[in-house]
Amino acid sequence: MTDTIADHAASDLKAGESLVEMEGVGKAYGAIRALEGVNLTVKAGEVTCVLGDNGAGKSTLIKIISGLHPHSEGTLKVDGKERHFSSPREALDTGIATVYQDLAVVGLMEVWRNFFLGSEIRKGRYPLAPLDIKAMRQIADTELQKMGITVKDINQPIGTLSGGQRQCVAIARAVYFGARVLILDEPTAALGVKQSGVVLKYTAAARDAGLGVVFITHNPHHAYMVGDHFIILKLGRRVLDKKRSEVGLEELTAEMAGGQELAELSHELKR
Amino acid sequence: MSSSVATQQPAQSSSPPTPAAAGRPQKSLFARVLARPEVGALAAAIVIFAFFYAVAPTFRSLPAASTYLYASSTIGIVAVGVALLMIGGEFDLSSGVAVTTAALTAAMSCYQLSLNVWVGVVVSLVVALAIGFVNGYLVVRTGIPSFLVTLSTFFVLQGLNLGVTKLITGAVATPNVSGLDGFASARAVFASDIDLGIITLKITVLWWLAFVAVGTWVLLRTRVGNWIFASGGNEASARAVGVPVKKVKIGLFMAVGFLAWFLGMHLLMNFSSVQAGIGVGNEFVYIIAAVVGGALLTGGYGSAVGSALGAVIFGMTTQGIVFAGWDPNWFKTFLGAMLLMAVMVNLYIKNYAAQRK
Repeated sequence: MTDTIADHAASDLKAGESLVEMEGVGKAYGAIRALEGVNLTVKAGEVTCVLGDNGAGKSTLIKIISGLHPHSEGTLKVDGKERHFSSPREALDTGIATVYQDLAVVGLMEVWRNFFLGSEIRKGRYPLAPLDIKAMRQIADTELQKMGITVKDINQPIGTLSGGQRQCVAIARAVYFGARVLILDEPTAALGVKQSGVVLKYTAAARDAGLGVVFITHNPHHAYMVGDHFIILKLGRRVLDKKRSEVGLEELTAEMAGGQELAELSHELKR
Repeated sequence: MSSSVATQQPAQSSSPPTPAAAGRPQKSLFARVLARPEVGALAAAIVIFAFFYAVAPTFRSLPAASTYLYASSTIGIVAVGVALLMIGGEFDLSSGVAVTTAALTAAMSCYQLSLNVWVGVVVSLVVALAIGFVNGYLVVRTGIPSFLVTLSTFFVLQGLNLGVTKLITGAVATPNVSGLDGFASARAVFASDIDLGIITLKITVLWWLAFVAVGTWVLLRTRVGNWIFASGGNEASARAVGVPVKKVKIGLFMAVGFLAWFLGMHLLMNFSSVQAGIGVGNEFVYIIAAVVGGALLTGGYGSAVGSALGAVIFGMTTQGIVFAGWDPNWFKTFLGAMLLMAVMVNLYIKNYAAQRK
């Protein structure tokens, strides 16, 4: 599985190379500051985990990197060049692909149509050129099988697949279309233990293939299984930023759960 | 991005042996046919056809077929666009009066200025596309549900149709345009009778079939079609993979505008004059035809062929009641029952198909 995903990943990636660098990035929605002063570096061949409770600014952070909302402060550099994305298409064109938790795919559409959505193969370049349906079916089918995802029928609506499989198809799609940076938004949040395992294995495979992965989650156990670098956000600010060698699962869990606040709370509630 | 596809050759040598793709169980033809959105409407259309065939002897003749096909075509032409729009996740409540607006614009612009009918036809096309554009632009720009935006357009157009017509002509109908230059050729295009030997059809029937064919082809065989399904099925996810959802939706509203224009031209050329108050209520007929044809009210699912079957059900029912010699006052009641039945058959077949995985 690891070998085959590497075959399809963009070939110019060097492990450890910085792909995305954010410095002092912030975002204000009117008077509300959803995010401020966040520094984050995504390196090739590493998984950067962004942890945080609800409302911590995780979603705002991904929206900035993936081009859904432009940032209002700080700088965002992709491959050393400063960028200010105004649409997801622009982010995709620089190799940043995002897989969202609940909206990764269009449930009623066939697996192969989902695989090629937004990057369809056509038989010509003129408007309304017909789709090359045969080629798309065949490529989607062989790619998914090679990447270790077995679907019963490539023509079935993707909504009939399990949640884990759907996430995997979305990740496979991003990798196939030459993603260099993969942003996974809570990929395991709605999944059972076994399904989560499938997605985590697949995340590790993408990392080993040299992609820069941003893994967003509120589950420190899942994060610690695949992460190389951990960032915890709280109320839009960064409260922890450590490498894997500097932090243990316990510290991560404690910090995630509120750390100091939790200690105070348990003191107050002591019986 | 699509250019990167060609450069990525499947690496056969390094990959481990994969399970053979051909070894996968293919769904049977029967199961695949049942999974199509228009199957329920087809079943309902057959039942309704058989029903009137049995109770009304005059319904069995070819001229009768020509009559109900014509009635179906006047619904079906706009319903194709409405079905595409609904698959794209939006509603258009202004389509019924937009037909009238298009006809009035064409009639009055060429009559008042004593121009060739074709000038009016072109002016009207521009106006109809503009109505569609405004609807679409307001929906994607403001995020207000299209139900409300087009309801407003519906009232605005309804008022304009009556107000402007009264202002210009002093009456509630347009003057007769049959004496103007170009009327004969315009009538040939929009409202002539085509003799096919065994049956004489109104040309709108052929146009309708052409629009259904184009709609089906766009939906299933082009990139735009993929984008329409995705925009209606899951807008956020479509946007995230780079689908220009806003452009798709504006385009769909404009397609409805185009088809409303086409029907408006037919009405004008067929009757030479247009009443300013007509068209109200037809927007629901188009929507119902699309829904009976399998389009989901929530978007992301449906077909152009389905909308045609929905229109045929409508056309057969309206004309069938007349052929059966029943009191037409019962028409709406009968229609309501028919629709409920069609939708239920639809649902039943869809559930049945979903179980056969």
